[in-house]
Amino acid sequence: MMAAPSSALLDVRDLHVRFATARGEVRAVDGVNLSVAPGETLGLVGESGSGKSVTLRAILRLLRANAAITGEVRWQGENLLALPEKRLRDIRGKDIAVIFQEPMSALNPVISIGRQIDESLVAHTALDAAGRRRRAIELLDLVGIASPEQRLAGFPHEFSGGMRQRAMIAIALAAEPKLLLADEPTTALDVTIQDQILKLLLRLNRELGMGLILVTHDLGVVAETCDRVSVMYAGRVVESGPVDRVFTAPRHAYTDALLRSMPHGGAARAPLRPIPGQPPRLDRAIAGCPFAPRCALVEDRCTVEAPPFAVVAPDQRAACWASDRLAAREGVA
Amino acid sequence: MSGTILKSGPVADAPIMTVDGLVKTFPLGRSLADVLGGRPVRAVQALSGVSLTVRKGETLGVVGESGCGKSTLARCLVRLHEPDAGAVRFEGADVLGLQGYARRAYNRSVQMVFQDPYGSLNPRLSVGDALAEALTVHRIVEGGAVRERVGELLDLVHLPRDAADRYPHEFSGGQRQRVGIARALAVEPSVIIADEPVSALDVSVQAQVVNLFLELQERLGLTLIFITHDLRLVRHISHRIAVMYLGKVVETGDTEAVFTAPRHPYTRALIAAVPQVDPHQRSAREAVRGELPSPIAPPPGCPFHPRCPIAEPQCRTVVPALVPRGGPWPVACHLAGPADAPEFIA
Ligand SMILES: Nc1ncnc2c1ncn2[C@@H]1O[C@H](COP(=O)(O)OP(=O)(O)OP(=O)(O)O)[C@@H](O)[C@H]1O
Ligand SMILES: Nc1ncnc2c1ncn2[C@@H]1O[C@H](COP(=O)(O)OP(=O)(O)OP(=O)(O)O)[C@@H](O)[C@H]1O
Ligand code: SF4
Ligand SMILES: [Mg+2]
Ligand SMILES: [Mg+2]
Repeated sequence: MMAAPSSALLDVRDLHVRFATARGEVRAVDGVNLSVAPGETLGLVGESGSGKSVTLRAILRLLRANAAITGEVRWQGENLLALPEKRLRDIRGKDIAVIFQEPMSALNPVISIGRQIDESLVAHTALDAAGRRRRAIELLDLVGIASPEQRLAGFPHEFSGGMRQRAMIAIALAAEPKLLLADEPTTALDVTIQDQILKLLLRLNRELGMGLILVTHDLGVVAETCDRVSVMYAGRVVESGPVDRVFTAPRHAYTDALLRSMPHGGAARAPLRPIPGQPPRLDRAIAGCPFAPRCALVEDRCTVEAPPFAVVAPDQRAACWASDRLAAREGVA
Repeated sequence: MSGTILKSGPVADAPIMTVDGLVKTFPLGRSLADVLGGRPVRAVQALSGVSLTVRKGETLGVVGESGCGKSTLARCLVRLHEPDAGAVRFEGADVLGLQGYARRAYNRSVQMVFQDPYGSLNPRLSVGDALAEALTVHRIVEGGAVRERVGELLDLVHLPRDAADRYPHEFSGGQRQRVGIARALAVEPSVIIADEPVSALDVSVQAQVVNLFLELQERLGLTLIFITHDLRLVRHISHRIAVMYLGKVVETGDTEAVFTAPRHPYTRALIAAVPQVDPHQRSAREAVRGELPSPIAPPPGCPFHPRCPIAEPQCRTVVPALVPRGGPWPVACHLAGPADAPEFIA
């Protein structure tokens, strides 16, 4: 078990999420450890279905009734998983805000965007009505929405995909949270606006000490914005460490393969190399390393014995039997 | 799985779809303050005269910044929105006038993959039932063959077969996106309009799905209209591109030619902003500066002029038409010449 750094803002320990379904139990999150310090940005990456969104939602207990969550989520001396629902409701939105992956699932379709921002401002600030209106316009402007004043009365379905994503960011930031959980906040945005949003988040992060967990499939975004990164595979964190170390000297075979599947440079017709095969089913017990069936570096013990999440370098951990072999090679070609 | 993303061979010049002068405005909601303040009713000019051609068997990439009208265009093409003006022709027929059987046949031939998979899947239908419904409504397969076909569709998009028994909420975001693709493929369309179909996928799964589209294109002659904000991806997969800005197509041509020598200042700015993937190169990129474009108050003249580094007086008053201007492909810029356009100053 990882010892929590005393300075951690949020400390997630041994988190498990199991979904009860008609087809049996799905282990979506299987022993995740994460921690974020104030003013720190943690990137969370991993293949589609690896448990990134479920992890974020579990932190605030925002999962459906068929989910069973165990483990500990330490926040300012309390375990969020053990708090009464009412106390947790005070923390959600105010101290810890979330930007959800699919805006349409999180925005209220029958309330105007302006009112949704206003509700967040009413709940979490002391501003009067005129001040809140000014603040709402300012927030929409900050996230790059043109003619913000005229957009306040608009409903979510009247916004484009990328505008909805940005409206949700504005709602989350309205409360000036201490920690922001951002799930793919810029997937629908072109590079220019993405850049503007990331700079905004980084400014809040550096200037106000807001902690940030950034879930993204875009490794370039992680490289540009995060201090540390945790890589997930099949419900587990398989590698974590400072971004520059993990990206230049990965010590887990999955991280290595993921980095290799990225397009390098912008040339036309450069072939991409997807990782062959599919991730394991989560409704079956997994023997050994979950990546073994697809791993280019697999050895005999990988399929029988689970590799420990071991310290592989200063401040870097990985759960991979090929960790030493990866270290012997010179990073990613 | 070949593991590579490559464009398929040359395509015929025959257009399968032509779009001419498409216009779509949405009246803007008014708050009580607007009504009391006597502010006039305003509208969002989502499409202000979009024209383009789609050739049979090609991939046309549609790019442009958030809010420029890409999804609205897609929705007009599948008739989820009725445009205010303009024409759409599909294999010679006037799409906007189709009724009854002809309209249903069109709806089967031209399928859409939605940008927001969450909102486009029925939460009460299991994925297997949703796919089976599409298959039986359009009589693609019947009886016992349906289940097998559902399994094949799930294989195609790299989802496990047991996904058939699951409901939309039981998937991750990227898995749901692939369910949307499987549903579009189910009815064996000749055209797929895919709106950001891979934006929520990690690079590895993204490559698998893109390869799938290209395989189908080669095998079945599928025509693809691929909407995305990812210029690197567009360059990988499309034969031709259409660049949109504030409700208009401002440049359209062969992808490689346009990427190599873009003629519209906006296209040049977009291409210059494509990020280089290198963890050590923390770039300060900025495609275009200046005032954000607003479809509520589109500028007169060239829609790009407030941000254009080379604008001249006529740009502020005269709308530039999308015409070849002596070059090999059309571009909507007064100053675009036959070959080398003026240098874009970064
Ligand atoms: N309510 C649920 N019932 C059953 N299984 C679920 C439920 N919600 C999620 N899952 C499963 O849990 C796993 C993890 O999902 P999660 O949404 O966390 O993935 P993700 O890493 O965010 O992927 P993506 O990048 O595609 O968004 C997936 O395999 C998913 O199918
Ligand atoms: N149903 C609607 N009602 C009112 N306005 C709408 C509607 N749909 C789109 N709009 C407006 O039309 C404009 C174009 O939106 P559209 O969704 O086509 O953009 P987009 O290019 O797809 O952007 P994104 O990349 O963010 O998805 C936006 O200003 C949007 O607010
Ligand atoms: S028409 Fe004028 S303003 Fe528009 S892009 Fe060309 S030079 Fe710039
Ligand atoms: Mg997710
Ligand atoms: Mg869109």
